[in-house]
Amino acid sequence: MAKEHTVKIEAHDFNFHYGAKQALFNINLSIPERRVTAFIGPSGCGKSTFLRSINRMNDLIDGTRVEGHMVVDGTDVYDKDVDVVTLRRRIGMVFQKSIPFPKSIFENITYGLTLNKKVSKSDLEEVVETSLRKSALWEEVKDRLHNSALSLSGGQQQRLCIARAVAINPEILLMDEPCSALDPISTGKVEELIAELKDTYTIVLVTHNMQQAGRISDQTGFFLMGSLIEFDRTRTIFTSPAMKETEDYITGRFG
Amino acid sequence: MMPNAAHSVPLPKRLLGFFAVLIAATAAFAVIGVILGMVGTFVFNGGSGVTWTFLSEFPRNSNTEGGIWPALAGTTFLVLLMTILGVPIGTATAIYLSEFARQDSWFARSVRFAVNTLAGVPSIVFGLFGVGFFVQFMGSGIDGFLGTSSFGDGSLIWASATLAVLTLPVVIVSVEESLRTVPRDLREASLALGATRWQTITKVVLPNAVTGILTGSILAVGRGAGEVAAIIFVGVTYSSESLPSAVTEKFMHLGYHLFVLSTQSPDVDKTLPLQYATTLVLLGLTFLLNLTAILIRSRLRKR
Amino acid sequence: MSNPFRSKHTHWGEWIAEWSIRLVASASIVVIFLIFVFVFREASSLFIPKKFVEAPSLSATSSPNAEMVPETYGEEPAVAETPTSGEEGAPGQFIYSPKNPHYPEIYNPDTGLLPADIDVVPADPEAEAPPVQIGLTENLTSNVWQPVGEVPKFGIIPLLIGTAKTTIIAILIGAPLGILAALYVAFFAKRWVREIVKPAIELLAGFPSVVIGFFCLVTVASFVQDITGLPYRLNAIVGGIGLSLAVIPIVFSIAEDALSSVPKSLHEASLALGSTEWQTAYRVMLPAAAPGVFAAVLLGVGRAFGETMIAIMATGNAPLSSWSPFEPARTVAATIGSEMGEVVWGSEHYGVLFFLGVLLFVVSFGLNAITELYVKKRFIKRFQGQ
Repeated sequence: MAKEHTVKIEAHDFNFHYGAKQALFNINLSIPERRVTAFIGPSGCGKSTFLRSINRMNDLIDGTRVEGHMVVDGTDVYDKDVDVVTLRRRIGMVFQKSIPFPKSIFENITYGLTLNKKVSKSDLEEVVETSLRKSALWEEVKDRLHNSALSLSGGQQQRLCIARAVAINPEILLMDEPCSALDPISTGKVEELIAELKDTYTIVLVTHNMQQAGRISDQTGFFLMGSLIEFDRTRTIFTSPAMKETEDYITGRFG
Repeated sequence: MMPNAAHSVPLPKRLLGFFAVLIAATAAFAVIGVILGMVGTFVFNGGSGVTWTFLSEFPRNSNTEGGIWPALAGTTFLVLLMTILGVPIGTATAIYLSEFARQDSWFARSVRFAVNTLAGVPSIVFGLFGVGFFVQFMGSGIDGFLGTSSFGDGSLIWASATLAVLTLPVVIVSVEESLRTVPRDLREASLALGATRWQTITKVVLPNAVTGILTGSILAVGRGAGEVAAIIFVGVTYSSESLPSAVTEKFMHLGYHLFVLSTQSPDVDKTLPLQYATTLVLLGLTFLLNLTAILIRSRLRKR
Repeated sequence: MSNPFRSKHTHWGEWIAEWSIRLVASASIVVIFLIFVFVFREASSLFIPKKFVEAPSLSATSSPNAEMVPETYGEEPAVAETPTSGEEGAPGQFIYSPKNPHYPEIYNPDTGLLPADIDVVPADPEAEAPPVQIGLTENLTSNVWQPVGEVPKFGIIPLLIGTAKTTIIAILIGAPLGILAALYVAFFAKRWVREIVKPAIELLAGFPSVVIGFFCLVTVASFVQDITGLPYRLNAIVGGIGLSLAVIPIVFSIAEDALSSVPKSLHEASLALGSTEWQTAYRVMLPAAAPGVFAAVLLGVGRAFGETMIAIMATGNAPLSSWSPFEPARTVAATIGSEMGEVVWGSEHYGVLFFLGVLLFVVSFGLNAITELYVKKRFIKRFQGQ
């Protein structure tokens, strides 16, 4: 069994409201460093909302409100003096739909890097290569880096988005159903990639695919109607869940 | 018993249905017919009058002979200046409405209300506003301040400013529409990479909205080129010996020129060919501008 | 412990940029406010004792270039050459004259000289007598608009009648055509027909109103006269037709928007119940979109009554207190458009024209407020249950 990992992300009595509607109820959990943590649950259960609360993407929606604490590296990210931009530079995010910018592959990857500082061309080329290698895309695109990113296939686009997130060298990678729009082969590639990336990054993954959670995650949390029903090692969740609801969901008697 | 759909509809009812559709179609094609008739009249009567000399010469003999060059040039100066003054403001407002505003906020709703109101204000009221605010208040104010005497009267700059205000809603609506076609996901992806909201706007949103800004500008220019009521007392002149050399000079304008020719000329019948040719040029100009904008926009909508 | 997410650099530039955008965004509000202030201000000179106002406004206009003060259309040279101008007075005005079947003659409203056979309210007999100052309210509500003369008469009743007359005609023609065309495009037309008809009608919205006015002047007027045999070539009917050409594209595009934003499910539900396509269109979709269609008509009204150039060029432009659609009319907007250019800035006449501008502004503001606050809300309520 692997050594005990330090805690990277912690939620304490975390509540989330969209206007008058409460979406998350008293979430408490600790996410360890450099492991893959998966959240499962029926749609609308709050797993994506929770994920988007970690890097404060929900700030963009009008009328949202949080209570409680979301702590990353010992700091509550909802503290007044936290700079959202700095926070998001340390927490990468990959979305459900692959959304490359309508620019070249090269520009997509260097987008985050060149926002705030001048980077020399050789450094940029190096980062592009490393990121593409990390996301297992280098061999496929190395000859057409300056083509439009939109010319890539769906699976390639999603790996490009991962490369783009990795390029700014974050510590945490949030993935919001990264494979839901992909075919099985592309899904397999992305899953392999996640397994490799977990040595370097703390990965938090939302999926509606239980098998995927079982295959690639170390911990799994089960959300239902805005509450975290159970959070444990993946093996425990899938073999001997403590809660009846979890078991019902896992065995497909539910939703 | 179930009626057999196709055959049981009684004849009078079917006739009624036929007429219901026919009436609607007639209305639509009647409008099209009038448009074609109008365009046809002008092309037929004015087509031969639009020659290079007509476009490039000054009018002669109290506007009863010669060409429309100063009116053409004056209109161009006018809409260029108007674009420079108005499009940045319109674009900024559209960016605010689409990117910054909380849609339910009091301020955003006020801005929206103001834009819609502005779109409905009759152009003659803009003309009065141009006189009362730009010429009398700003112009005389500037003159008093600088000790000059060139601003306190209607001129190219005040006419452009008046038209910039008049076309503001056109620009705002069209730019905002194009900003809204930029997917929300693209913005989120940029923000998640640590871009600030401003960086996201300048690097991701605006490049995708360039066509919208272009469409808005073209529509505004089309509107400004044909607008007469708003500038009639704010600097347009019926005749001039030379092109305006400064923004504080008066200028000629195609639409106003047509108005003068057709209603105030010493001999309206004699200048009829000139009137048709001027109309054709003015209509052709606005027509082309609007057609371009409509085509760009429909391509944008399909995307 | 230090906060690892504290910003390394404060984004001052961005902060300034964002607030500049907000500031600029308020321009539209500011403009509305300024229109209120400045149009009202100039009009208010009417209601404030004269001496008090004249001093500042004279100094504002009579600066060094004093020769500009009685700002005119600028036709002095052109007109000096016209033989008629001596008798008929200043240019800028014209009205239909039955003697000239093809063209309006130059007419001067300032002296109220109309072709003899047009039946006008006879000039006030008092005009013959030594000038008597008429009270402002009484003057404004009188039946005679004769702004230049020994005793200027600013009766706005004929202008209001003229505006109402032409607007009603324009709406009676424009609204049904616009709405029916919208129905056709939204429900009956084949796709390719729609793709031609819709942009074509939208193009009409881009026609400069002076072009439409000219078209009425030379073509519609003759056409109407040929059909009706009316003695007046330019009249409220011709003006109304001209204005309807400005109204149609507005009614059309807003009504079409409203019709196509009715949920498709309603359309399908109605068809599923056995209604035919036309029954669905007229009995289900049109009523469902009624608030939007109503808004379309309201905005059409706003366009018609505020339109200036068409009204100047096609109505005959005579301030008659007659409701007959076959006689010439003069609208409020046309009055401002044709007289503002030759008025002495700061004079009573100037104040009255601005007062008319206030009228136009207030009505258009009101119409827009109704559509914004009432109609749109009802439309949203219907389909989003909110």
